Amino acid sequence: MKNFFEGTLCGFLNGFFGSGGGVIAVPIFEREGCSPQEAHASSVAFIFMLSLVTAVFYGFSGALDFGAAWSFIPWGAAGAITGALFLKKIKAQWLKRLFGAIITAAAVRMLLS
Amino acid sequence: MTEALVGFFTGVLASMGLGGGFILIVWLTMFAETEQKAAQGVNVLFFLPIALIALIMHLKNGLVNKALVKRCALGGIIGAILGTLGSQIVAGGLLRKLFALFLLAFGLREMFSKAKPEMSDNDADKTDSKKNGTAE
Repeated sequence: MKNFFEGTLCGFLNGFFGSGGGVIAVPIFEREGCSPQEAHASSVAFIFMLSLVTAVFYGFSGALDFGAAWSFIPWGAAGAITGALFLKKIKAQWLKRLFGAIITAAAVRMLLS
Repeated sequence: MTEALVGFFTGVLASMGLGGGFILIVWLTMFAETEQKAAQGVNVLFFLPIALIALIMHLKNGLVNKALVKRCALGGIIGAILGTLGSQIVAGGLLRKLFALFLLAFGLREMFSKAKPEMSDNDADKTDSKKNGTAE
């Protein structure tokens, strides 16, 4: 039962918010001894599995818009290939800070609106 | 055009587990007048093929810790079911505020995160001052 509750936490948040399981899983995986790269890659495997479950349950409630998703998927696929190719090389620190700042600004705007 | 950019950067970040889905959901709800729940559904659908591509590449590179993923699987699936059902019960407006808090926590953590030892296998050329200090 090792890692059962960590898994549950990731699964719950990823299902509840339809996103974000990875950002919880990565630090947990690093604490379990993964290198940063390994943690990022493993989180994708784990969240893929969780998202399959979530998609099925969203599907039951009729909350899935395949057309809307499809308009982003080819571009996303190009991004995924780029990202996966550079995962070994990227210097993530400045990227993380910048992304963190953008997300913080978006969050504040959402809370105030 | 915007969809291409949003899709691309979401894909880049999502393929690394860095929170790519946040971009897509924020963009859909702020600029494309999509409801929070619907946007979350779009992101989950979007993520599946994107993650599959990234996953194949990560597996090829031998970067996936399968044993660890397996240990998390059962709890993860139970959590995913509970979380998904929970999101269907909560009102859209409240879900959006909770999502904003989740984003805020993540954004602040990333902004103030400390540099980790670089994630590369050619560490030899960037040996830091703290050579022997296996801190933490």
